[in-house]
Amino acid sequence: MRLTLINVIVAVVIAIAFAAVNAAYLVWAERRGAARIQRRPGPNINGPFGLLQPPLDGIKLMAKQLTIPGGADRILFIIAPILAMFPAITSFVTIPFSETIVAKNMNVGVLMIFAFASLGSMSLLIAGFSSRNKYSMMSSVRAVSQAVAYEIPMLITAITVVMIAGSPDLMEIVRQQSPSILHWNIFPLLGNSHNILMPLAFLIFFVCTLAETNRAPFDLGEAESELVAGFHTEYGSMGFGLFFMAEYANIVIGSCMTTILFLGGWSCPFGLFPGVWWFILKLYLLIATFIWIRWTFPRTTIYGLLNLSWKILIPLSLANLLLTAGLIKVF
Amino acid sequence: MICEKTRTALEHLIPTPDAATAGDGQESGAKGQTPRPNGVIERDYAVHGYHLDAQMACEQLLAAVAILDENEFFLETITGVDWIAENQLELIYDFSRYDFDLCRVVLRTRVDRRNPVVPTITGIYAGANWHERETHDFFGIVFSGHPHLIPLLLPEDADFHPLLKDFKA
Amino acid sequence: MNAPIELRADETFVLNVGPQHPATHGVLRVKMEMHGEYIVNAETVIGYIHRMHEKMGELKTYPQFLMNLSRMDYLGALGYSHAHVLVVEKASGIVVPERAEYIRAIMVELNRIASHLFWFGAFVMDLGGFSPLMYALQDREHILDMLEAVTGSRLTYCYFRFGGLYNDVDDDFIAAARRFVPRMRKSLKKYRRLVTDNVIFRKRLEGIAPLSKEICRKYGASSAVARGSGINFDVRKNEPYSVYPQFDFDIPVYPQGDSLARYMVRMDEIEQSLRIVEQGLDKLPGGPIMPEKKPKLIKPPPGDYYQAVETARGSFGVRLVSDGGKTPYRLKLRSPTYSNMHLFDEACRGMMIMDALAFMGSLDLVIPEIDR
Repeated sequence: MRLTLINVIVAVVIAIAFAAVNAAYLVWAERRGAARIQRRPGPNINGPFGLLQPPLDGIKLMAKQLTIPGGADRILFIIAPILAMFPAITSFVTIPFSETIVAKNMNVGVLMIFAFASLGSMSLLIAGFSSRNKYSMMSSVRAVSQAVAYEIPMLITAITVVMIAGSPDLMEIVRQQSPSILHWNIFPLLGNSHNILMPLAFLIFFVCTLAETNRAPFDLGEAESELVAGFHTEYGSMGFGLFFMAEYANIVIGSCMTTILFLGGWSCPFGLFPGVWWFILKLYLLIATFIWIRWTFPRTTIYGLLNLSWKILIPLSLANLLLTAGLIKVF
Repeated sequence: MICEKTRTALEHLIPTPDAATAGDGQESGAKGQTPRPNGVIERDYAVHGYHLDAQMACEQLLAAVAILDENEFFLETITGVDWIAENQLELIYDFSRYDFDLCRVVLRTRVDRRNPVVPTITGIYAGANWHERETHDFFGIVFSGHPHLIPLLLPEDADFHPLLKDFKA
Repeated sequence: MNAPIELRADETFVLNVGPQHPATHGVLRVKMEMHGEYIVNAETVIGYIHRMHEKMGELKTYPQFLMNLSRMDYLGALGYSHAHVLVVEKASGIVVPERAEYIRAIMVELNRIASHLFWFGAFVMDLGGFSPLMYALQDREHILDMLEAVTGSRLTYCYFRFGGLYNDVDDDFIAAARRFVPRMRKSLKKYRRLVTDNVIFRKRLEGIAPLSKEICRKYGASSAVARGSGINFDVRKNEPYSVYPQFDFDIPVYPQGDSLARYMVRMDEIEQSLRIVEQGLDKLPGGPIMPEKKPKLIKPPPGDYYQAVETARGSFGVRLVSDGGKTPYRLKLRSPTYSNMHLFDEACRGMMIMDALAFMGSLDLVIPEIDR
């Protein structure tokens, strides 16, 4: 029993370290990727390929003073960035990277991750509300309406996958997809569902992930040309740093979830050599897509964003849910 | 075409004394000369860059602007000139057209330097708002009836008018 | 969307957009009375970088004032210098050699392309797309390099002189300009695929802030603001000056009046400017770039002169009142964005803030040019 506890603690620490390192180095990857897209060098001075940039940025941010604007709600103002980072890191505990590499698997893993994901938008609300800045206030209102709108289709799509697997356990979901690429939920020709609408469900889930993580083209919360920087306008120092890292940690979680739910987790497309490397490969391909999209598309409008969710994504995901239920019954 | 029409309408509004047509070559800008009488003058476009040049009393201004508005002119700009030697401030309204029937019209009116008050044309051309505020900033000309006559380009508390010739920085 | 709202006074709040705000591209401030995301009322506050160029014009002699014009609009400076030299030449009867006029037209058009490219990048950035700005700046860099080689500066040119030019173009410039034209056409195709045909981009602009012909006329709007509203108005065609009658080019006009129409007008204008540059290079006559007979001291005869030109931002006019002295008696600079910006207050009522800021971007604002 004691050994298991130590195991869990070590695994949790590793998971948190993984989240933090990823969050830091995705900033570097994003800047290098953006630079590549925009035909400029990007950060390349500190260390080889500018690899020392994230730790140096961290040191700079930590060395700065955390200023609290006059009239702001001090307690909420300080809590908000911590509340942003906390669920992002905690979610990593339950994500299975392979059959063996998982900090603490839970039989309701899907539920837990979505519960933490909705806590993330709470931190945006608190940050915008406590800053005493009209831009931040508008941004937090936007962020919450966006989170509400996109959690629904995201959850419905996740439920579809859970129905196919017959379990909310993330490892079980991956195991069901492991034989070959045709068993993956993105294109399930074999397995227990033959739903041809699943590629669409994958797209819905991906778009919702973009919206949930406040990434372009859905970054209305921090729309810098309208709301300056939105909810983190007033944050400096590590408060800003935490929001920044939370955004990238959320991207990693979103990509992990997409990988697990639709792309077969750690399984190989041809059923050979399953392992953590496949998971990592799929994960970073998805993250690269995130970066690619961000630097290509302009931002949508707030009404365009809400219309997309309420008028298109939710009906589609509901239709898909019904179709999948019917198909599972038939086959 | 439209120039003829506008000219007729403006001449109808401002009866031209014979002296004005006689003094066509005489420029209003020359110092020490007798000020130009009211009336409409057709200018050489190649030299001056406009076709019609109408000087009027400021009571006739609104009627003249209304004529131009009816004929679909657009307001190019409003500005002033300080004729300190004659102790007068001149207001210049530039109008032009969007279509190819080219006709540039310049309306001028002169007011006393000590009490410069002219009626606003914001009721006819909403775009005159900023131009009039700017002219108020620079020359201190008061546009009676202007909805929001506060400094635009100068600081909010500015009490000087830099384009007056006796302004010393 | 864009519906009129009726509300009580205590339901609104005032949002100060600017003077330091990323969307205003300079020190411009718009006081917006907001109802949630909707603008109920707006008041534009300008004058933060007012420098009183018109007073400087009265204090400096004519040649001394040449450099002030390029400080008005830092993106399309040559067009403004063009109006100034044209009005002084007209007033004092200086005849400009044909070669000089052709080079002026080529330079102004290149500068116009550079200005439109920068606007294109900044506009897409207003809408949240970052990369097009970098692409546009790279294309603009070619123009700046060419202009630098001839005029000696990259941004605030002082290239035109009364009667001609400061420096003649050389073969290197002509070769570079000829190379530039096809490269720019290729880039335009890329921009069309990347930005113009992008569905998010179109959705954000279509039907946003439609301006009627009437509001354009009342406010004296020009440039793409007027042409995007179906008004076929371009000073180069309506009131031909310089050597523009010699060139074959079209005026793009879009009747919709929305932000997308304004965008399309400017993008089409780049193509038309390329055509003018091409024709100018083909037709470029030989000869001197300064007239042989030119007065030593420029003293226009007493009178009142006006000259309008089409700059990158619209119809720019210089009114020169001369009393026969060494300095102008009065020099009025009619800047186009001053009128274009003025209609923002009226047009943005009832819009959502993000649409209003996209609309503001589509007006192509350069603040030093509004404030003068």
